[in-house]
Amino acid sequence: MAAPQAKASARLDALQTGPGFGAARADALARLRAMGLPDRRDEYWRYTDPATLNVQAAPAAPVFDASDEAPLFDALDRVKLVFVDGVFDPAASDDPALAGVEILRLADAPDISWANGLYGTLETAGQTPVARPFAALNTAAATDGILIRATARAAKPVHLIYIHESETSDPILHHLVKVEPGAELTLLETGPAGARFNKVLEVDVATGGRFHHVQVQGRDHQRRAVTHLFTRVAEEALFKSFTLTANGVLTRNECVIDIAGDDAVAHVAGAALGDGATGAFHHDDTVFITHGAERGESRQVFKKVLKHGAVGTFQGKILVKPGAQKTDGYQISQSLLLDDDSQFLAKPELEIYADDVKCSHGSTTGALDETALFYLRSRGVPQEEAVALLVLSFLADAIAEIEDEDIQAEIVARLEAWLSRHRG
Amino acid sequence: MTQVDQELEVREGVDRETVETVQNMGSYKYGWETEIEMEYAPKGVNEDIVRLISEKNGEPEWMTEWRLQAFRRWQTMEEPRWAMLNYPAIDYQDQYYYAKPKSMAEKPKSLDEVDPKLLATYEKLGIPLKEQMILAGIEGAEGIAADARKVAVDAVFDSVSLGTTFKDELAKAGVIFCSISEAIKEHPELVKKYLGSVVPQTDNFFATLNSAVFSDGSFVYIPPGVRCPMELSTYFRINAENTGQFERTLIIADKGSYVSYLEGCTAPKRETHQLHAAVVEIVILEDAEVKYSTVQNWYPGDEEGRGGIYNFVTKRADCRGDRAKVMWTQVETGSAITWKYPSCILRGEGSQGEFYSIAIANNCQQADTGTKMIHLGKNTRSRIVSKGISAGRAQNTYRGLVTMHPKAKNSRNYTQCDSLLIGDQCGAHTVPYIEVKNNSSRVEHEATTSKVDDDQLFYCRARGMDEEEAVALVVNGFCREVLQALPMEFAMEAQSLVAISLEGSVG
Repeated sequence: MAAPQAKASARLDALQTGPGFGAARADALARLRAMGLPDRRDEYWRYTDPATLNVQAAPAAPVFDASDEAPLFDALDRVKLVFVDGVFDPAASDDPALAGVEILRLADAPDISWANGLYGTLETAGQTPVARPFAALNTAAATDGILIRATARAAKPVHLIYIHESETSDPILHHLVKVEPGAELTLLETGPAGARFNKVLEVDVATGGRFHHVQVQGRDHQRRAVTHLFTRVAEEALFKSFTLTANGVLTRNECVIDIAGDDAVAHVAGAALGDGATGAFHHDDTVFITHGAERGESRQVFKKVLKHGAVGTFQGKILVKPGAQKTDGYQISQSLLLDDDSQFLAKPELEIYADDVKCSHGSTTGALDETALFYLRSRGVPQEEAVALLVLSFLADAIAEIEDEDIQAEIVARLEAWLSRHRG
Repeated sequence: MTQVDQELEVREGVDRETVETVQNMGSYKYGWETEIEMEYAPKGVNEDIVRLISEKNGEPEWMTEWRLQAFRRWQTMEEPRWAMLNYPAIDYQDQYYYAKPKSMAEKPKSLDEVDPKLLATYEKLGIPLKEQMILAGIEGAEGIAADARKVAVDAVFDSVSLGTTFKDELAKAGVIFCSISEAIKEHPELVKKYLGSVVPQTDNFFATLNSAVFSDGSFVYIPPGVRCPMELSTYFRINAENTGQFERTLIIADKGSYVSYLEGCTAPKRETHQLHAAVVEIVILEDAEVKYSTVQNWYPGDEEGRGGIYNFVTKRADCRGDRAKVMWTQVETGSAITWKYPSCILRGEGSQGEFYSIAIANNCQQADTGTKMIHLGKNTRSRIVSKGISAGRAQNTYRGLVTMHPKAKNSRNYTQCDSLLIGDQCGAHTVPYIEVKNNSSRVEHEATTSKVDDDQLFYCRARGMDEEEAVALVVNGFCREVLQALPMEFAMEAQSLVAISLEGSVG
């Protein structure tokens, strides 16, 4: 018992605060030291072992060659911003000039009131009722990131591209997004970022604002990632986020959504593909949605396809506060176990303090439908194609959460490519 | 009133007068007290008290040692606080662990010798302690063959069992039905073999405390191939003040046997909280089947949350043999605090576990209840249907676990948890854990939360029902799946309890 604790405190002792946002950073560090790093006995880490996230140095991850696929979203007109092992690379990036959108770099420590007001604020609020130590660690120690403020409808998406070059890189990035009233922004994120990636994204969507987020985590087998997305969705605002994860020895994606204004909408979806034959795979989606206003709509759609000892976990919670009447909360978590070695561990929760609400959750786990498979085979579809077809149809509900059709098509192509590489 | 009555009459074919009596019961009908001289052990718990309880029950040495082991373990344990329950710290030294009516100093040889005051208590509760062919709590259901309606009763009053009915008739079939204290003396080989084999002494804080201080409870053994000729039931009554009740029930269904077991419980209205920590262990061997039904109606406390029972219960069934089957049905309407998770260990191949629950929390009640389905064997099946109803300022949580172990190939679980909220001051929560470790099994979980449907209410109101009746009817409809799983004896009582527990929650 003593050893992991000692390791964890070594990491805390060595921690240094990053550039700018002095007060928020000092506060985060104090909060982190008070809460400590998690261990397996924490109820919130019941299904995911945080040991390799706690150790001081990132476990090495060989750089993965993904050149067999064209880079994602290359065909889209977008503003590219490139990070190499967690450091912004201006030479590889586009000129961040975009009408109605202000884009700044965290490492420049800009002293701007909107960013000062947002940095660490949603993260702090998201620490209750459940502590999220790696998010506090991020707020204290993040070395770089992008600060985006949209004041109008952005003409094109902003695309953060993460490149992993060093086997031991341990990047900590903290991004801010502020969508002003009536503005709209799409944020894309792709790539593995580093051997062990800690990312926080704080998104504040003001009245009537719209925010779309599509994230594709890297194909590296050995990489680790712990990400947090904190968002506050104001009156009549919309928030939509989709994440595709393929491979990765350990991924924990936490999403903390506060439906703060009446008639707000928040959708969060994820598709995860894991094949234990090409390296261990552990994927954890942890979602916490708080309804604090009337007529809010939230939707969670999480699908996992697992084989050869891959492990998928899902912890999702809908909290409806007193007075959040007419809330419509929906949650589905499903896993397809393609063989007998894989596991799915889930804890879908509802906590409801208002009576005029409609909340439901569903969770299913099982193998491919033999009848459907037999039907396709009897129609002359080869076995592997039939499996791929059924897997895609299983994932369809999650993919449907992406609004942009071009982006959707690229995601589907990625899924198909993964399935064809991981046959049998 | 009439509409509701008509419905019930058609459904159960029960005498109209009975229905009305039941319908007109006060909000807690069992809140009176029996005035009787009691003998107490000194307040608090320590090794001497544990020895004293063992001695009072005339237990052999091995049993005393077993209790002491548990007690020593308990002293090292911490009270669990993970449930969504909010209550002040319990002072375990500020209550009595043993209370026995003085008239029971000499154990009566038969029920005829029992103190008439005690017999009257059970009569008033509607529990027949005479060997008559009448259903517990229900009068004149003439339509059904007399033989089918015999119910053997073990009556437990505070810390002691008063006696057990139909013993001789059961003995003819080879069935052993007696108090656990009697079983420890008369059937030590069975008790030694099975006691603590499903819920070990070290299981959890409350079960360990129970292992140390349990005073009485029921023991059932059904021999191989025997279908128990009548339903068995235990009726628990807490009467003494500041006294905890710790009963222990052990049921063993040998190969190919069958038994249906009913459990009921009530307590007087008191200003202070009282502790109840029970353990129920069920062992089910090959091809045997046990149905265990509970109507839990401990005093729930008043509208302000004063008084009421703290109910911490560990119930577990172990389907040890192939094709063993267990069905838990519970109607939880009482108690200030409910902490209870009747579980099924599905070890035998093709074994089956079912859990049907209605949990109603009104006023300041808090319930955290659910089940565990632990699939270890191949081709095992489980089904969970839970209906939680919250009203007033109550909090109601479903907490459950379904786990499919790697070897539990081709197993199946279906879970449905529905919550109903009445009023905007209460809460309804669902905390299921789902762990699937093989792919030939299929697990499905569904949960919904809603309020009483306005259209349905409007329809009932338009037919002349007042609002409370209308809500009761809609709620009964919501609970239907579970009510139907109850034995006939309980279905009636449960149905009316649903209406009573919600009284005052509308408007």
